[in-house]
Amino acid sequence: MPKEMVVRVMDLRKNYFLGKIRLEVLKGIELEILRGEYISIMGPSGSGKTTLFNMIGGLDKPTEGKVYIDEVDVAQLDAYELAWLRCRKIGYIFQTFNLIPVMTALENVTLPMIFAGVGHDESVEKGIEILKTVGLGDRIQHKPFELSGGQQQRVAVARAFANAPAIILADEPTGNLDLKTGKEIINLLKEMNKEQGVSVITATHDLKMLDVSDRVVWIRDGIIERIEERADLKLKVGEVEGEEAG
Amino acid sequence: MAEEEKIKRQVVLSHKDAFKISLRSIRIRFGRSVIVTASICLGVAFLTSVLTSNSISNNLLQRGPEEIRVILQTIEEGSRSRQIWLVTLSLLVCVVGITNSMLMSVTERCKEIGTMKCLGALNRFVIELFILESALQGVIGSFVGAFIGMTGIVILFLLRYGGVVIHFLPLLSLLKYSFFAVLLGIVISILGAVYPAYLSSRMEPAEAIRREV
Repeated sequence: MPKEMVVRVMDLRKNYFLGKIRLEVLKGIELEILRGEYISIMGPSGSGKTTLFNMIGGLDKPTEGKVYIDEVDVAQLDAYELAWLRCRKIGYIFQTFNLIPVMTALENVTLPMIFAGVGHDESVEKGIEILKTVGLGDRIQHKPFELSGGQQQRVAVARAFANAPAIILADEPTGNLDLKTGKEIINLLKEMNKEQGVSVITATHDLKMLDVSDRVVWIRDGIIERIEERADLKLKVGEVEGEEAG
Repeated sequence: MAEEEKIKRQVVLSHKDAFKISLRSIRIRFGRSVIVTASICLGVAFLTSVLTSNSISNNLLQRGPEEIRVILQTIEEGSRSRQIWLVTLSLLVCVVGITNSMLMSVTERCKEIGTMKCLGALNRFVIELFILESALQGVIGSFVGAFIGMTGIVILFLLRYGGVVIHFLPLLSLLKYSFFAVLLGIVISILGAVYPAYLSSRMEPAEAIRREV
């Protein structure tokens, strides 16, 4: 069965202006992501990971080039369609969790469902169910500040999955977490990826992520340095982690 | 099929949900909300007091007892135009105060707005939330202000001219004036929120999330 393509990035370029200085952040990225794939975008900070992430997520507009999501050119969408895309097709997870502080865990998870027009009872029911799946069944009425970092990120994961999206975009999801909690979040993402068949795209420099990724895209200075398949990776993980330990 | 597609494409925020979210934002920033509400309250109270005082004075001048009429005629001259200036200024200060406080709120909630947009909120939702929040404060402040302004002036007249004043209260016009003051208070609070709401709705989500305050 031929694999369906869910994201296609063609010759993507992005420039920022710092005063009068033009900063080329992305210098022509070509990338194709299949449905159900778990992809890690690796690279040092400042390499353009987050910018690429924002482009794929329709959160920012490219200077040049195209991003297709499900064969739809994101640049062609109007505000309404873009909101719909963000609401239904993509789930976002951020390094800083970005939960709405005034809302409980459950309300945070149900918010995207409210935007999607799901009825109140149904969204609450589904919200509780998802929160149970991520292991927070007993914390649904807690506000973000009453939760630990790991728990907040679990709420964020639950929120990202609320509308059963086709793509999960995670920008440094483990960046603010310790080793163990980070690992838990990675495993949670992998589990959801396997069970629901969503494509997971993470921008990260966390080497723990290599273990679960189907492919790893290394970017440096705004261009793709190399793309590695999981099979090639297996050998190297130990080596890289060995370096870390040493 | 086309109908089904249309339903599927919905991105919605019901007024009930918007109302709940706004109410919560007010509750969570209670201190600042109280200050904004108080400023609207004071502005409206001032306006109502001037309107009420004028209305009662006019009524007394036309129909009141002779001794009160004489006193009123001596103080009436020239004070009215000054009062109008003062009221206008106080209401303007009110608008500026509300705008300032809502702008602060927007900067503070940059990340929150960005996040909401990532979750699929339309610009319209963000505007609606901010306007609603301000309007809610406006409604509360205006009603309290109108009540305080009117009762204050009525008590003042009673103290100054005695219980006889109670027979000369133009109830219908007092009601009309307080209604006008409440309406104006709400309009002012909405006006003050328009610019901050517009500003917040225009932020690109990526930029809004990145911004540190």
